[in-house]
Amino acid sequence: MNEPVTVIASDARPRLPRGVRLVNNEAQGGWVLLAPERVFKPDPIALEILKRCTGEATFGAIVDDLAATFAAPRERIATDVAAMLRSLADKQLLEL
Amino acid sequence: MATNGSTLHKPLGLLAELTHRCPLGCPYCSNPLALEGRADELDTATWARVFGEAAALGVLQVHLSGGEPGARRDLVDITKSANKAGLYTNLITSAVGITDKTLGALAESGLDHVQISIQDSEATSADHIAGYDGAFARKRALAAEVVRLKLPLTVNAVMHRANIDHVGEMVDLALALGASRVEIAHVQYYGWALKNRAGLMPTREQVERAVAAVDELRKRHHGKIVIDAVVPDYYARYPKPCVGGWGRRSLNITPSGKVLPCHAAESIPELEFWNVRDHSLAEIWQSSPAFMAFRGTDWLPEPCQSCERRDIDFGGCRCQAFAITGDARATDPVCHLSPHHARVVELAAVRQEQDYAYRR
Repeated sequence: MNEPVTVIASDARPRLPRGVRLVNNEAQGGWVLLAPERVFKPDPIALEILKRCTGEATFGAIVDDLAATFAAPRERIATDVAAMLRSLADKQLLEL
Repeated sequence: MATNGSTLHKPLGLLAELTHRCPLGCPYCSNPLALEGRADELDTATWARVFGEAAALGVLQVHLSGGEPGARRDLVDITKSANKAGLYTNLITSAVGITDKTLGALAESGLDHVQISIQDSEATSADHIAGYDGAFARKRALAAEVVRLKLPLTVNAVMHRANIDHVGEMVDLALALGASRVEIAHVQYYGWALKNRAGLMPTREQVERAVAAVDELRKRHHGKIVIDAVVPDYYARYPKPCVGGWGRRSLNITPSGKVLPCHAAESIPELEFWNVRDHSLAEIWQSSPAFMAFRGTDWLPEPCQSCERRDIDFGGCRCQAFAITGDARATDPVCHLSPHHARVVELAAVRQEQDYAYRR
């Protein structure tokens, strides 16, 4: 069985909800995502995505930006980013 | 100071018990049997200093708790100071004693998250467990206000024999209230809960039903609410990694300023705690006798020392080891590999219908 492909509208503007904050903390050695009674240390790819979830940039623009920044195929980036955003949203860490 | 070649970790979380005063009388309260009085509570300025020291030490999140933190008249100022120190602020409340006006002021002060405890899925039973008429209604009302202010809400549901069969209703209630997260928190038997153990202990059948129900609820509500739950201690096969390892991830400050590795640590008589009135938080974290006592894994006895789970659960909970075996250095007897495990099985079978000894 194939994994269902996550579809996110290209004009969606993903943002961190109130109570979820991405902060750079020197004492803890870098970026951390703070959420209700949970702390996550995002890996470098997740961090690049999270930094762009400002509520201003659209999903389409985020994908364009990442594809340009990392010189990667746009379609592949779109699939990966959509899956990650959906997973974050399911954990109440992101609003789509 | 480092053990097993590891460096001293930096704490992530601080549980700030602002007061032991609380209008509710829950028979499983995590506060110690000997409650600290109002006259001994740290003042606003001391908490502000401590939050600054905590942030410098690496703490990311502060859990403003009690007792009922709403019993502090300076709760808004305390919250502001935590926010100013750069900490993520989490209010852990019974909802009784927090007015809508106070909540509004807290939201404006940068409060990040609210956790409200709920004792059961309907009022009569919930108020009986809390020992406070009208508590359930107040909790519903404050939860609605939290959601109206667009603050994230966690419902904390403490489960025991009287309400464990309502786990589905509790999750439904959390959803109806607009919570984004629900904690299914089985009673842990320290302090008041230890005193009330025979009256609170669920049966194995109840626990198995609840665990299966939570699995099903997680699937049904995937993406709508986060359900956090752990297997209750006395029916587990392995112990919990208590506080993520002693003196490794978190610390707890009592209303009078004593700094504990976990909220129940005062139940271990051999430990010496330092106070924020006398020492900086960094000194206490690094060198106080209580934090040094069980830090790392060098001190662990067998069967833990050679166990493949040694660095997963760190031998389990020291307070539980002491409460059940009389030796705080023993393997947590919840573990099926502990030589004292049979005692846990025996204790789980001791159940008695009795009036609660309410926390007062």
